[in-house]
Amino acid sequence: MRVLGELLRRPTALFGSLVIAAVLALALGAPWLAPYAPDDQLFEGLTLEGAPLPPNGQFWLGTDTLGRDLLSRVLYGARTSLLIGLVANGLAVGVGLLVGMVAGYARGLVGTALMRFTDLMMAFPALLLAIVLAAILRPSLWIVALVIALVNWVQVARIVFTETTALVERDFILAERSLGAGHARILGLHVAPHLVATAIVWGTLGIATTVLLEATLSFLGIGVQPPQPSWGNIIFESQSYFTTAPWLVFFPGLAILLTALSFNLVGDSLRDILDPTQRGRG
Amino acid sequence: MAGYLAQRVIQSAFILLGIAAFTFLLLYLVPADPAVQLAGRSATAQTVANIRRELGLDQPLATQFLRYLGNLLHGDLGRSYAQKTDVATLIGARLPASLTLMAAGIAAELAIGLTLGVLAAVHRNSLLDRGLMIASFTTISAPQFLVALFLLYLFAATLGWFPMSGFGSAAHVVLPAMTLGILGAGWYARIVRSTMIDVLDQDYIRTARAKGVAESSVVLRHALPNALLPVVAMIGIDIGQFMSGLVVVEAVFGWPGIGQLAWQAIQQVDIPIIMGVTLVSAFAIVLGNLVADLIAPFVDPRIRLR
Repeated sequence: MRVLGELLRRPTALFGSLVIAAVLALALGAPWLAPYAPDDQLFEGLTLEGAPLPPNGQFWLGTDTLGRDLLSRVLYGARTSLLIGLVANGLAVGVGLLVGMVAGYARGLVGTALMRFTDLMMAFPALLLAIVLAAILRPSLWIVALVIALVNWVQVARIVFTETTALVERDFILAERSLGAGHARILGLHVAPHLVATAIVWGTLGIATTVLLEATLSFLGIGVQPPQPSWGNIIFESQSYFTTAPWLVFFPGLAILLTALSFNLVGDSLRDILDPTQRGRG
Repeated sequence: MAGYLAQRVIQSAFILLGIAAFTFLLLYLVPADPAVQLAGRSATAQTVANIRRELGLDQPLATQFLRYLGNLLHGDLGRSYAQKTDVATLIGARLPASLTLMAAGIAAELAIGLTLGVLAAVHRNSLLDRGLMIASFTTISAPQFLVALFLLYLFAATLGWFPMSGFGSAAHVVLPAMTLGILGAGWYARIVRSTMIDVLDQDYIRTARAKGVAESSVVLRHALPNALLPVVAMIGIDIGQFMSGLVVVEAVFGWPGIGQLAWQAIQQVDIPIIMGVTLVSAFAIVLGNLVADLIAPFVDPRIRLR
């Protein structure tokens, strides 16, 4: 509660929270809010020459090259992008926590092996690795989420590892161990609670990264596959028309930018609030 | 010093070995049979069998891996399925274009990022500072393809200052380099601001001001050099960002580098090229981090290598 109050007192975080709430509401309400079905190719959605319509009274955000209503597609796209963002990032943070905690706690051979593996993953260019995996595993929504999670857990693991190694040195862990507590008990009841702040911060910042990665994969044509709309693939489908029909890139692009920016702003403020040593710095 | 150097080099070598193993295994995740891919659709069963034997695909996995490693050490990255040429030749032919773009991108991000970061730190907590920090957050939150399309729309399609796409003149490099640089500029601005604020609070800066050194000299000659260390480390990390960014930027701008090569290979599921570009990129990243670590003590003599 204290954290939430402090969060909403910062203008940037307040802005971010409002945008996130709005995007969530729009995504959840898409079936009721969207004026048309997202894949409905409307006859009146194209000019007589077959060109897409710019924003107007009937189609608020205009139509795409197949005469589909862009507003409806962006609304349904929010569902796809957010779903992938939440699932992929949830997975990434989960795996990162587990690997980092186990490596930091066990150390020795297991710890070294796990951390050398994360070093290895760090050396791969993230987007390129995601591209390789997505190109190899015929993409679907869940594969895209999985690929993103596979690429994004590394950073969380490294941070959690550093924190866990420091925690394990503390007296209360030693006391717990001398009382005969098992490894699972120590990790679950005594180490994990100290990592909640880290999980929250990365759970938020990571969604921004995930949304951007999904958009980029979809933009390259190896993310979410049409006809299912995602913000990235709406731009992918219409990029060759972007000089004549810029609204087709502008609106989904704005949605991506605002969403990623909001999660970044909120995550950054959360880091400030939850980690007082960072207070007042860039 | 020599011990540290040797340790870092050995560590990097192991990471490269791991990366080679990883890309090798990727090949086996693919449902397509490499021999069939290379032989082409109309090949007879005999041709496919010959290619399989020639490539050693009938050998056990461990033997194949050793052979793959041996080939890598000779600079042999395999043959492209679609173009029937050596991957190493294809990559080598396109590397100069990508390196040019990367150099221009790094120059762009340093120029923008350092300037804005120093400005924000000097005018700490002012309206300018806040505006710059929000702007840097925005660039960090913008996908590169969007920045690319935006710059193209504004400076090429509308204003006509720069060409839409292509390669050859200095004007061609501006927009793709800006696209690559803008993302990094946001990061640099934030980091430089934060370290500059720390440095500007230190006693020796107060001393410099007290003895009447001009403010511009205090900022640029006394403070800035000490704030540059994280920047050096970041350039090393940046190479990874750039390698990823190259795929997107080269695809959008039609820049004939290894990113475009990889992008075309993705469309054709030309796995050897994808693997080759991944390996070369990973190699560049490991090298970048190594070099950044090794030059750190020259930038900041306070760091002693152990």
